[in-house]
Amino acid sequence: MDIRGLIDSFFNVRIMLEYLPALGRGLVVTVEIAALSLALGLTLGLILAVVRVSIKRKGTARVFRLLNVPLVFYIDSMRALPPLVTLVVVYFALPYLGVYISRFWSAVSVFVLVLGAFGSEIFRAGIESVDAGQMEAARSQGLSYLQTMRFVVVPQAFRVALPPLTSRMISITKDVSLASVIGVADLLKEAKVGIANTYNTSPLIAAAILFTLLFLPLVRLSAFVERRMKE
Amino acid sequence: MSKSWKIISVGLTNTVQLAVVALICAAFLGLVLAIIRGLKIKVLNFLIIIYVDLFRALPTIVLFMIVYYMLPFFGLSFPLFWAAVVALTINGAAYYEEIFRAGIEAIDTGQWEASRSLGLNFRQTMTHVILPQAIRIVIPPATSNSLELVKTTVLASVISMPDLLYKAQQAAGLWYNPTPLVLAALIFLAMLWPFVRLTSYLERRMV
Repeated sequence: MDIRGLIDSFFNVRIMLEYLPALGRGLVVTVEIAALSLALGLTLGLILAVVRVSIKRKGTARVFRLLNVPLVFYIDSMRALPPLVTLVVVYFALPYLGVYISRFWSAVSVFVLVLGAFGSEIFRAGIESVDAGQMEAARSQGLSYLQTMRFVVVPQAFRVALPPLTSRMISITKDVSLASVIGVADLLKEAKVGIANTYNTSPLIAAAILFTLLFLPLVRLSAFVERRMKE
Repeated sequence: MSKSWKIISVGLTNTVQLAVVALICAAFLGLVLAIIRGLKIKVLNFLIIIYVDLFRALPTIVLFMIVYYMLPFFGLSFPLFWAAVVALTINGAAYYEEIFRAGIEAIDTGQWEASRSLGLNFRQTMTHVILPQAIRIVIPPATSNSLELVKTTVLASVISMPDLLYKAQQAAGLWYNPTPLVLAALIFLAMLWPFVRLTSYLERRMV
Protein backbone atom coordinates (compact mmCIF):
# COMPACT_ATOMS: atom_id res chain seq x y z
CA MET A 1 0.00 0.00 0.00
CA ASP A 2 1.24 3.47 -0.92
CA ILE A 3 1.50 5.05 2.53
CA ARG A 4 2.97 8.37 1.38
CA GLY A 5 0.32 8.70 -1.31
CA LEU A 6 -2.34 7.95 1.27
CA ILE A 7 -1.01 10.60 3.66
CA ASP A 8 -0.66 13.14 0.87
CA SER A 9 -4.22 12.70 -0.34
CA PHE A 10 -5.88 12.43 3.08
CA PHE A 11 -3.82 14.57 5.44
CA ASN A 12 -2.56 17.35 3.20
CA VAL A 13 -2.38 20.21 5.71
CA ARG A 14 -1.92 22.92 3.05
CA ILE A 15 -5.15 21.97 1.29
CA MET A 16 -6.96 21.60 4.60
CA LEU A 17 -6.00 25.14 5.60
CA GLU A 18 -6.88 26.49 2.16
CA TYR A 19 -10.43 25.10 2.44
CA LEU A 20 -10.94 25.92 6.10
CA PRO A 21 -12.87 29.19 5.43
CA ALA A 22 -15.27 27.39 3.06
CA LEU A 23 -15.70 24.57 5.55
CA GLY A 24 -16.41 27.17 8.23
CA ARG A 25 -19.22 28.62 6.09
CA GLY A 26 -20.58 25.09 5.65
CA LEU A 27 -20.38 24.51 9.39
CA VAL A 28 -22.53 27.59 9.99
CA VAL A 29 -25.20 26.25 7.60
CA THR A 30 -25.06 22.84 9.32
CA VAL A 31 -25.54 24.43 12.73
CA GLU A 32 -28.40 26.62 11.39
CA ILE A 33 -30.28 23.62 9.99
CA ALA A 34 -29.62 21.63 13.16
CA ALA A 35 -30.83 24.43 15.47
CA LEU A 36 -34.01 25.05 13.45
CA SER A 37 -34.78 21.33 13.18
CA LEU A 38 -34.25 20.74 16.88
CA ALA A 39 -36.36 23.70 18.02
CA LEU A 40 -39.26 23.02 15.64
CA GLY A 41 -39.02 19.22 15.87
CA LEU A 42 -39.11 19.11 19.66
CA THR A 43 -42.06 21.52 19.73
CA LEU A 44 -43.92 19.36 17.20
CA GLY A 45 -43.10 16.22 19.17
CA LEU A 46 -44.33 17.67 22.46
CA ILE A 47 -47.58 18.95 20.92
CA LEU A 48 -48.27 15.61 19.23
CA ALA A 49 -47.57 13.72 22.46
CA VAL A 50 -49.99 15.90 24.45
CA VAL A 51 -52.61 15.58 21.69
CA ARG A 52 -52.28 11.78 21.60
CA VAL A 53 -52.52 11.45 25.37
CA SER A 54 -55.45 13.88 25.55
CA ILE A 55 -57.61 12.20 22.90
CA LYS A 56 -57.15 8.85 24.64
CA ARG A 57 -59.02 10.14 27.71
CA LYS A 58 -62.49 8.90 28.59
CA GLY A 59 -65.26 11.07 27.25
CA THR A 60 -63.41 12.34 24.19
CA ALA A 61 -65.72 12.65 21.18
CA ARG A 62 -65.21 9.86 18.65
CA VAL A 63 -64.27 12.38 15.93
CA PHE A 64 -61.21 13.40 17.92
CA ARG A 65 -60.33 9.81 18.71
CA LEU A 66 -60.16 9.07 14.98
CA LEU A 67 -57.34 11.64 14.83
CA ASN A 68 -55.14 8.95 16.37
CA VAL A 69 -55.14 6.93 13.13
CA PRO A 70 -53.38 9.48 10.87
CA LEU A 71 -51.03 10.41 13.73
CA VAL A 72 -49.92 6.81 14.25
CA PHE A 73 -49.53 6.38 10.49
CA TYR A 74 -47.32 9.49 10.29
CA ILE A 75 -45.21 8.50 13.32
CA ASP A 76 -44.74 4.92 12.15
CA SER A 77 -43.77 5.91 8.60
CA MET A 78 -41.18 8.37 9.86
CA ARG A 79 -39.75 5.67 12.09
CA ALA A 80 -39.69 3.12 9.25
CA LEU A 81 -38.36 5.32 6.44
CA PRO A 82 -34.65 6.15 6.21
CA PRO A 83 -34.42 9.98 6.50
CA LEU A 84 -32.44 10.10 3.25
CA VAL A 85 -35.35 8.48 1.39
CA THR A 86 -37.82 10.98 2.88
CA LEU A 87 -35.48 13.81 1.95
CA VAL A 88 -35.10 12.63 -1.65
CA VAL A 89 -38.85 12.13 -2.02
CA VAL A 90 -39.64 15.58 -0.57
CA TYR A 91 -37.05 17.36 -2.67
CA PHE A 92 -37.41 15.52 -5.99
CA ALA A 93 -41.04 14.37 -5.97
CA LEU A 94 -42.97 17.32 -4.50
CA PRO A 95 -42.16 19.69 -7.42
CA TYR A 96 -44.12 17.33 -9.70
CA LEU A 97 -47.15 18.08 -7.55
CA GLY A 98 -46.53 21.81 -8.00
CA VAL A 99 -45.05 22.25 -4.52
CA TYR A 100 -41.70 24.03 -4.59
CA ILE A 101 -39.63 24.17 -1.42
CA SER A 102 -36.05 25.42 -1.34
CA ARG A 103 -33.25 22.96 -0.58
CA PHE A 104 -32.66 24.48 2.83
CA TRP A 105 -36.30 24.27 3.88
CA SER A 106 -36.78 20.80 2.35
CA ALA A 107 -33.99 19.63 4.61
CA VAL A 108 -35.33 21.45 7.68
CA SER A 109 -38.89 20.20 7.16
CA VAL A 110 -37.78 16.57 6.77
CA PHE A 111 -35.69 16.68 9.94
CA VAL A 112 -38.55 18.39 11.80
CA LEU A 113 -40.95 15.65 10.64
CA VAL A 114 -38.55 12.89 11.70
CA LEU A 115 -37.71 14.41 15.09
CA GLY A 116 -41.39 15.24 15.64
CA ALA A 117 -42.30 11.56 15.18
CA PHE A 118 -39.54 10.15 17.40
CA GLY A 119 -39.93 12.97 19.92
CA SER A 120 -43.68 12.44 20.27
CA GLU A 121 -43.14 8.76 21.11
CA ILE A 122 -40.49 9.65 23.69
CA PHE A 123 -42.58 12.43 25.27
CA ARG A 124 -45.66 10.21 25.29
CA ALA A 125 -43.79 7.48 27.15
CA GLY A 126 -42.64 10.17 29.59
CA ILE A 127 -46.14 11.56 30.13
CA GLU A 128 -47.60 8.07 30.60
CA SER A 129 -44.93 7.26 33.19
CA VAL A 130 -46.17 10.11 35.43
CA ASP A 131 -48.46 8.65 38.11
CA ALA A 132 -52.18 9.14 37.45
CA GLY A 133 -52.54 10.47 41.01
CA GLN A 134 -50.65 13.60 39.97
CA MET A 135 -53.28 14.41 37.36
CA GLU A 136 -56.13 13.66 39.79
CA ALA A 137 -54.62 15.74 42.59
CA ALA A 138 -53.94 18.73 40.34
CA ARG A 139 -57.42 18.58 38.81
CA SER A 140 -59.04 18.40 42.24
CA GLN A 141 -57.06 21.51 43.19
CA GLY A 142 -58.94 23.34 40.45
CA LEU A 143 -56.34 23.39 37.69
CA SER A 144 -57.72 22.89 34.21
CA TYR A 145 -56.57 19.91 32.10
CA LEU A 146 -54.15 22.02 30.06
CA GLN A 147 -52.80 23.77 33.16
CA THR A 148 -52.17 20.39 34.79
CA MET A 149 -50.32 19.22 31.67
CA ARG A 150 -48.29 22.41 31.45
CA PHE A 151 -47.34 22.84 35.12
CA VAL A 152 -47.53 19.36 36.65
CA VAL A 153 -47.29 16.46 34.19
CA VAL A 154 -44.98 17.67 31.40
CA PRO A 155 -42.22 18.97 33.74
CA GLN A 156 -42.09 15.55 35.42
CA ALA A 157 -42.29 13.76 32.06
CA PHE A 158 -39.26 15.74 30.88
CA ARG A 159 -37.02 14.05 33.42
CA VAL A 160 -37.95 10.60 32.16
CA ALA A 161 -37.75 11.67 28.53
CA LEU A 162 -34.37 13.40 28.77
CA PRO A 163 -31.92 10.49 28.17
CA PRO A 164 -33.65 8.99 25.10
CA LEU A 165 -34.36 12.53 23.88
CA THR A 166 -30.70 13.61 23.97
CA SER A 167 -29.54 10.57 22.03
CA ARG A 168 -32.29 11.09 19.45
CA MET A 169 -31.38 14.79 19.17
CA ILE A 170 -27.76 13.86 18.49
CA SER A 171 -28.73 11.37 15.83
CA ILE A 172 -30.93 13.98 14.09
CA THR A 173 -28.12 16.55 14.17
CA LYS A 174 -25.78 13.99 12.63
CA ASP A 175 -28.37 13.38 9.91
CA VAL A 176 -28.14 17.05 8.92
CA SER A 177 -25.14 16.11 6.75
CA LEU A 178 -27.60 14.16 4.56
CA ALA A 179 -28.77 17.57 3.30
CA SER A 180 -25.61 17.69 1.16
CA VAL A 181 -27.17 14.97 -1.02
CA ILE A 182 -29.84 17.42 -2.26
CA GLY A 183 -27.22 20.16 -2.66
CA VAL A 184 -27.56 22.21 0.52
CA ALA A 185 -24.23 24.02 1.03
CA ASP A 186 -23.54 22.44 4.43
CA LEU A 187 -20.20 21.31 5.84
CA LEU A 188 -20.15 18.03 3.91
CA LYS A 189 -21.11 19.71 0.63
CA GLU A 190 -18.28 22.24 1.01
CA ALA A 191 -15.92 19.32 1.62
CA LYS A 192 -17.15 17.63 -1.57
CA VAL A 193 -16.56 20.83 -3.53
CA GLY A 194 -13.05 20.90 -2.10
CA ILE A 195 -12.42 17.32 -3.20
CA ALA A 196 -13.68 18.06 -6.71
CA ASN A 197 -11.44 21.14 -7.01
CA THR A 198 -8.22 19.60 -5.68
CA TYR A 199 -8.55 15.88 -6.55
CA ASN A 200 -7.52 15.42 -2.93
CA THR A 201 -9.49 13.97 -0.04
CA SER A 202 -8.04 16.20 2.68
CA PRO A 203 -11.05 18.59 2.80
CA LEU A 204 -13.24 15.59 3.69
CA ILE A 205 -10.90 14.62 6.52
CA ALA A 206 -10.90 18.24 7.72
CA ALA A 207 -14.72 18.17 7.67
CA ALA A 208 -14.71 14.85 9.56
CA ILE A 209 -12.49 16.44 12.21
CA LEU A 210 -14.86 19.42 12.49
CA PHE A 211 -17.88 17.10 12.76
CA THR A 212 -16.15 15.12 15.49
CA LEU A 213 -15.20 18.27 17.42
CA LEU A 214 -18.84 19.38 17.16
CA PHE A 215 -20.43 16.08 18.23
CA LEU A 216 -17.95 14.48 20.62
CA PRO A 217 -18.97 16.77 23.52
CA LEU A 218 -22.62 15.97 22.79
CA VAL A 219 -22.00 12.21 22.77
CA ARG A 220 -20.17 12.49 26.10
CA LEU A 221 -22.98 14.68 27.45
CA SER A 222 -25.65 12.14 26.52
CA ALA A 223 -23.66 9.33 28.16
CA PHE A 224 -23.42 11.53 31.27
CA VAL A 225 -27.16 12.29 31.27
CA GLU A 226 -27.96 8.58 30.94
CA ARG A 227 -25.70 7.69 33.88
CA ARG A 228 -27.09 10.48 36.03
CA MET A 229 -30.68 9.44 35.41
CA LYS A 230 -29.98 5.83 36.36
CA GLU A 231 -28.77 6.83 39.81
CA MET B 1 -44.31 1.45 -12.87
CA SER B 2 -43.75 -2.11 -14.17
CA LYS B 3 -40.77 -0.92 -16.17
CA SER B 4 -39.25 0.77 -13.18
CA TRP B 5 -39.95 -2.33 -11.07
CA LYS B 6 -37.35 -4.23 -13.14
CA ILE B 7 -34.69 -1.67 -12.22
CA ILE B 8 -35.83 -1.27 -8.64
CA SER B 9 -35.97 -5.01 -7.89
CA VAL B 10 -32.23 -5.24 -8.61
CA GLY B 11 -31.68 -2.51 -6.03
CA LEU B 12 -34.00 -4.20 -3.56
CA THR B 13 -31.96 -7.43 -3.73
CA ASN B 14 -28.75 -5.49 -3.13
CA THR B 15 -30.26 -3.59 -0.20
CA VAL B 16 -31.49 -6.78 1.49
CA GLN B 17 -28.13 -8.52 0.99
CA LEU B 18 -26.26 -5.50 2.30
CA ALA B 19 -28.54 -5.21 5.33
CA VAL B 20 -28.18 -8.89 6.28
CA VAL B 21 -24.39 -9.05 5.87
CA ALA B 22 -23.80 -5.70 7.62
CA LEU B 23 -26.11 -6.61 10.51
CA ILE B 24 -24.26 -9.86 11.18
CA CYS B 25 -20.79 -8.27 10.90
CA ALA B 26 -21.67 -5.24 13.06
CA ALA B 27 -23.41 -7.23 15.80
CA PHE B 28 -20.54 -9.74 15.91
CA LEU B 29 -17.85 -7.05 16.14
CA GLY B 30 -19.90 -5.18 18.75
CA LEU B 31 -20.26 -8.34 20.86
CA VAL B 32 -16.53 -9.11 20.64
CA LEU B 33 -15.66 -5.55 21.72
CA ALA B 34 -18.16 -5.69 24.60
CA ILE B 35 -16.66 -8.97 25.84
CA ILE B 36 -13.14 -7.56 25.57
CA ARG B 37 -14.30 -4.62 27.68
CA GLY B 38 -15.52 -7.12 30.25
CA LEU B 39 -11.90 -8.24 30.72
CA LYS B 40 -11.26 -4.78 32.23
CA ILE B 41 -7.78 -4.31 30.73
CA LYS B 42 -7.17 -0.55 30.99
CA VAL B 43 -5.34 0.02 27.69
CA LEU B 44 -7.82 -2.01 25.64
CA ASN B 45 -10.80 -0.34 27.32
CA PHE B 46 -9.34 3.08 26.57
CA LEU B 47 -8.90 2.21 22.88
CA ILE B 48 -12.43 0.81 22.64
CA ILE B 49 -13.90 3.92 24.30
CA ILE B 50 -12.08 6.14 21.78
CA TYR B 51 -13.36 3.98 18.91
CA VAL B 52 -16.95 3.97 20.18
CA ASP B 53 -17.08 7.72 20.89
CA LEU B 54 -15.42 8.63 17.61
CA PHE B 55 -17.85 6.67 15.47
CA ARG B 56 -20.88 7.70 17.47
CA ALA B 57 -19.84 11.33 16.86
CA LEU B 58 -19.00 11.05 13.16
CA PRO B 59 -22.00 11.25 10.79
CA THR B 60 -22.30 7.91 8.97
CA ILE B 61 -22.42 9.53 5.54
CA VAL B 62 -18.99 11.07 6.20
CA LEU B 63 -17.66 7.63 7.14
CA PHE B 64 -19.06 6.18 3.90
CA MET B 65 -17.30 8.86 1.88
CA ILE B 66 -13.98 8.36 3.66
CA VAL B 67 -14.13 4.60 3.02
CA TYR B 68 -15.08 5.29 -0.59
CA TYR B 69 -12.15 7.63 -1.21
CA MET B 70 -9.77 5.21 0.50
CA LEU B 71 -10.73 2.42 -1.90
CA PRO B 72 -8.08 3.17 -4.58
CA PHE B 73 -5.41 2.48 -1.99
CA PHE B 74 -6.72 -1.07 -1.58
CA GLY B 75 -6.76 -1.76 -5.31
CA LEU B 76 -9.44 -0.70 -7.78
CA SER B 77 -11.16 -4.08 -7.84
CA PHE B 78 -12.40 -3.72 -4.26
CA PRO B 79 -16.19 -4.07 -4.66
CA LEU B 80 -18.46 -1.24 -3.53
CA PHE B 81 -20.70 -3.74 -1.76
CA TRP B 82 -17.93 -4.60 0.69
CA ALA B 83 -16.98 -0.94 1.09
CA ALA B 84 -20.56 -0.33 2.26
CA VAL B 85 -20.36 -3.37 4.57
CA VAL B 86 -17.12 -2.03 6.07
CA ALA B 87 -18.61 1.43 6.70
CA LEU B 88 -21.81 0.00 8.21
CA THR B 89 -19.86 -2.45 10.37
CA ILE B 90 -17.49 0.17 11.76
CA ASN B 91 -20.40 2.46 12.56
CA GLY B 92 -22.90 -0.14 13.75
CA ALA B 93 -20.42 -2.01 15.96
CA ALA B 94 -19.85 1.18 18.00
CA TYR B 95 -23.55 1.25 18.92
CA TYR B 96 -23.85 -2.52 19.45
CA GLU B 97 -20.81 -2.45 21.74
CA GLU B 98 -22.49 0.11 24.01
CA ILE B 99 -25.74 -1.90 24.09
CA PHE B 100 -24.05 -5.25 24.79
CA ARG B 101 -21.76 -3.71 27.40
CA ALA B 102 -24.74 -2.18 29.22
CA GLY B 103 -26.38 -5.61 29.16
CA ILE B 104 -23.29 -7.36 30.53
CA GLU B 105 -22.81 -4.72 33.21
CA ALA B 106 -26.44 -5.00 34.29
CA ILE B 107 -25.81 -8.57 35.49
CA ASP B 108 -25.19 -8.63 39.22
CA THR B 109 -21.50 -8.96 40.19
CA GLY B 110 -22.53 -11.79 42.52
CA GLN B 111 -23.08 -13.92 39.41
CA TRP B 112 -19.45 -13.35 38.41
CA GLU B 113 -18.11 -14.08 41.85
CA ALA B 114 -20.24 -17.20 42.25
CA SER B 115 -19.23 -18.70 38.89
CA ARG B 116 -15.57 -17.88 39.33
CA SER B 117 -15.52 -19.39 42.81
CA LEU B 118 -17.11 -22.55 41.37
CA GLY B 119 -14.02 -22.89 39.17
CA LEU B 120 -15.35 -21.54 35.85
CA ASN B 121 -12.83 -19.42 33.92
CA PHE B 122 -13.61 -16.04 32.28
CA ARG B 123 -14.70 -17.55 28.97
CA GLN B 124 -16.93 -20.16 30.60
CA THR B 125 -18.52 -17.60 32.93
CA MET B 126 -19.16 -15.28 29.97
CA THR B 127 -20.71 -17.89 27.65
CA HIS B 128 -22.62 -19.99 30.18
CA VAL B 129 -23.65 -17.51 32.87
CA ILE B 130 -23.43 -13.85 31.88
CA LEU B 131 -24.38 -13.72 28.18
CA PRO B 132 -27.54 -15.89 28.48
CA GLN B 133 -28.85 -13.46 31.11
CA ALA B 134 -27.66 -10.36 29.29
CA ILE B 135 -29.47 -11.33 26.07
CA ARG B 136 -32.86 -10.71 27.68
CA ILE B 137 -31.90 -7.16 28.68
CA VAL B 138 -30.24 -6.46 25.36
CA ILE B 139 -33.02 -7.53 22.99
CA PRO B 140 -35.16 -4.33 22.95
CA PRO B 141 -32.31 -1.80 22.37
CA ALA B 142 -30.55 -4.19 19.98
CA THR B 143 -33.72 -4.56 17.90
CA SER B 144 -34.16 -0.82 17.64
CA ASN B 145 -30.47 -0.40 16.77
CA SER B 146 -30.78 -3.07 14.07
CA LEU B 147 -33.70 -1.14 12.59
CA GLU B 148 -31.55 2.01 12.51
CA LEU B 149 -28.72 0.05 10.86
CA VAL B 150 -31.01 -1.29 8.13
CA LYS B 151 -32.22 2.28 7.52
CA THR B 152 -28.61 3.42 7.27
CA THR B 153 -27.94 1.04 4.35
CA VAL B 154 -29.48 3.65 2.00
CA LEU B 155 -26.32 5.73 2.47
CA ALA B 156 -24.63 3.16 0.21
CA SER B 157 -26.42 4.96 -2.65
CA VAL B 158 -24.25 8.02 -1.91
CA ILE B 159 -21.10 6.07 -2.85
CA SER B 160 -22.97 4.79 -5.95
CA MET B 161 -23.52 1.27 -4.74
CA PRO B 162 -26.66 0.23 -6.69
CA ASP B 163 -29.04 -0.19 -3.74
CA LEU B 164 -32.80 0.40 -3.69
CA LEU B 165 -32.55 4.20 -3.40
CA TYR B 166 -29.81 4.47 -6.04
CA LYS B 167 -31.79 2.37 -8.52
CA ALA B 168 -34.97 4.34 -7.78
CA GLN B 169 -33.14 7.62 -8.43
CA GLN B 170 -31.76 6.13 -11.64
CA ALA B 171 -35.23 5.10 -12.80
CA ALA B 172 -36.67 8.49 -11.80
CA GLY B 173 -33.99 10.22 -13.86
CA LEU B 174 -34.51 7.90 -16.82
CA TRP B 175 -38.24 8.62 -17.17
CA TYR B 176 -38.20 12.07 -15.61
CA ASN B 177 -40.89 10.90 -13.22
CA PRO B 178 -40.89 10.62 -9.43
CA THR B 179 -42.96 7.40 -9.30
CA PRO B 180 -39.92 5.11 -8.74
CA LEU B 181 -38.88 7.24 -5.75
CA VAL B 182 -42.33 6.93 -4.21
CA LEU B 183 -42.31 3.21 -5.00
CA ALA B 184 -38.95 2.82 -3.24
CA ALA B 185 -40.30 4.68 -0.21
CA LEU B 186 -43.34 2.37 -0.13
CA ILE B 187 -41.09 -0.70 -0.32
CA PHE B 188 -39.04 0.56 2.63
CA LEU B 189 -42.25 1.25 4.53
CA ALA B 190 -43.60 -2.25 3.85
CA MET B 191 -40.29 -3.90 4.80
CA LEU B 192 -39.56 -1.95 7.96
CA TRP B 193 -42.98 -1.16 9.39
CA PRO B 194 -43.31 -4.58 11.11
CA PHE B 195 -39.98 -3.94 12.82
CA VAL B 196 -41.11 -0.49 14.00
CA ARG B 197 -44.13 -2.17 15.64
CA LEU B 198 -41.87 -4.88 17.08
CA THR B 199 -39.54 -2.28 18.64
CA SER B 200 -42.45 -0.42 20.23
CA TYR B 201 -43.84 -3.72 21.54
CA LEU B 202 -40.50 -4.82 23.04
CA GLU B 203 -39.89 -1.41 24.61
CA ARG B 204 -43.34 -1.36 26.18
CA ARG B 205 -42.97 -4.89 27.54
CA MET B 206 -39.69 -4.02 29.23
CA VAL B 207 -41.23 -1.21 31.29
